[in-house]
Amino acid sequence: MTAVLKANGLGKRYGRKWALSECTLAIPAGKVVGLVGPNGAGKTTLLHLSVGLLPPSTGSISVLGARPGTTSRQLARVGFVAQETPTYAGMSISDHLRLGSWMNPSWDAKLAEDRLARLGLDSHQKAGEISGGQRAQLALTLAVAKRPELLVLDEPIASLDPLARREFLQGLMEVVVEHGASVILSSHLVADLERVCDYLVVLVDSRVQVAGSIEELLATHYRLTGPRRDANALPSDQQVIGESHTDRLSTLVVRTDKPVLDPSWSVEQLDLEDLVLAYMSRALEQDRRPKLEVRP
Amino acid sequence: MIRMTLRQFRTEGVISFGLLAVLAVVFVVTGPHLAHVNDAFQSACKAAGDCATASNPVLEVDPLLQSALPFIVTVAPALIGLFFGAPLIARELETGTFRLAWTQSITRRRWLAMKLGLVGLAAMAVGGLLTWMVDWWASPLDAVNKNRFDPSNFGFHGVAPIGYAAFAFVLGATAGVLLRRTIPAMGATLVGFVAARLAVEYWVRPHLAPPLHESLSLLSTGFGIVGLSASTSTSSLYPPSVIIPNAWELSTAVVDKSGHALTGQYFFHACSAYRQFPPPSPAAMQAAHAACITKLAGVFRTVATYQPGSRFWPFQWAEMGIFLAVAMALCGLTYWWLRRQYG
Repeated sequence: MTAVLKANGLGKRYGRKWALSECTLAIPAGKVVGLVGPNGAGKTTLLHLSVGLLPPSTGSISVLGARPGTTSRQLARVGFVAQETPTYAGMSISDHLRLGSWMNPSWDAKLAEDRLARLGLDSHQKAGEISGGQRAQLALTLAVAKRPELLVLDEPIASLDPLARREFLQGLMEVVVEHGASVILSSHLVADLERVCDYLVVLVDSRVQVAGSIEELLATHYRLTGPRRDANALPSDQQVIGESHTDRLSTLVVRTDKPVLDPSWSVEQLDLEDLVLAYMSRALEQDRRPKLEVRP
Repeated sequence: MIRMTLRQFRTEGVISFGLLAVLAVVFVVTGPHLAHVNDAFQSACKAAGDCATASNPVLEVDPLLQSALPFIVTVAPALIGLFFGAPLIARELETGTFRLAWTQSITRRRWLAMKLGLVGLAAMAVGGLLTWMVDWWASPLDAVNKNRFDPSNFGFHGVAPIGYAAFAFVLGATAGVLLRRTIPAMGATLVGFVAARLAVEYWVRPHLAPPLHESLSLLSTGFGIVGLSASTSTSSLYPPSVIIPNAWELSTAVVDKSGHALTGQYFFHACSAYRQFPPPSPAAMQAAHAACITKLAGVFRTVATYQPGSRFWPFQWAEMGIFLAVAMALCGLTYWWLRRQYG
């Protein structure tokens, strides 16, 4: 298994605040990876570190086996669509394609032109005059036409309307199918990712909470409901992600590789949204707990 | 990357080289007339033998151009800094397009080198061509005025403006990287450029080479008087300005053999006419003044401290070198800062 992105104790600090801390990850190649987390969790920081737009404060990161952004060869292997899909407002769409061909030796002009033709974009229009959805498509075209092995997209659909959103994701999936690139895509909306991703990284409060293939995550997480009991009393192979109790009932979210055998539980599969939510609330609770302990 | 840089520089480039072309036309149209007026005067005054005293009509030709050109050449490097330099990187940072540019298959170092190198060359070309054209146009005037080494004229002659243009441009680019916004970067560039020009003019240029001293007879230089009174210990006598043609006069003083300045007491002792009240008639005063100078000239001489005209070009090259060196250092600072901030 070759890793498309490998991070070891990776951290990024702005002044005294850590935007990303103790991030250790190994994302296998050939996946469409969803990076989820609330706003301000550190998603953009992680993605910028992976395309060489930021230097790490601690730890190391390697993308496709090399340090990001250091050589033109490495840059050619990674395509990036930044948040809010920046383009040169004063330049036309065809100028942008020319820009792409000038700055990328591996530029696939036919691919770029075909894509724009299919989208029905007028190449004489200025990038500042087209809609957000069209601009996102233009940015995706630029990133795709350099024929990268890895495509990194930072909240590409956050600002798009539902129709543009669907079209964008469709375009992205076509690229993945046709050219076989790995993709890392960030969003704060799980529903968007569910349709296209097969690997998930949950990032909350500057820390990675969980990472793994979606299939495996869904197969190993359960919601258990039963008579009230202490979460510590569970078998050791069941890791408790979240718990809530009423007077009589306990509801637990657990992660386990083995089937849950205890007949007193009613066992439910989790959907992806619940799974992500469980990890997010756990992160928030961990954030609160130490503060309560130091109180006299 | 070369084509990319040129494409992004297109608007500024077309405007500035277009303006240069317009100026060139103006110069080609008006320049020959200027030279002709001067040539006609030179041959006429040689025939009459009054070249030293007669006023040259060339100084009255195209008064608007004559007063506007020094201004244009002085301001041009600042404009280059403001419009070539400040937006160069700041605009990419404030619109976010740097994330697009820096994730193409071009390393940041190469991107920066191309931007600073190519647009920097354009800045130097604009500064150099403009100065060269103005030098050509104004050469009859310089031949008459003999004052191009003077601080008020030095900065729009020769090669120094090439250095100014390069410096202003890189200063703008650096300010843009540090401030990340175009408009504040423009403000900082303007302030920084004016400060650097003044600092070099007042603190560096006079010390590039030790000045020469020349002692001249008071009779040949004459003098004027500012705020002299019997109680002042040092004199404020000053000789008229151009004593040494084409030289840069740093200062002049009226001193005796051992270097002591003329005092007020001595002056009024020697020139009693200035103490009379009511003052004598103008004719009598003139005669008294002449007698007074003759008397003073026996003891005092005018000493001029100056940089000779032969140093004009060495000073020009040195000034260009200073500004180019600072520009190079700023390029290094910009690269270091980008590496630190953006990896």
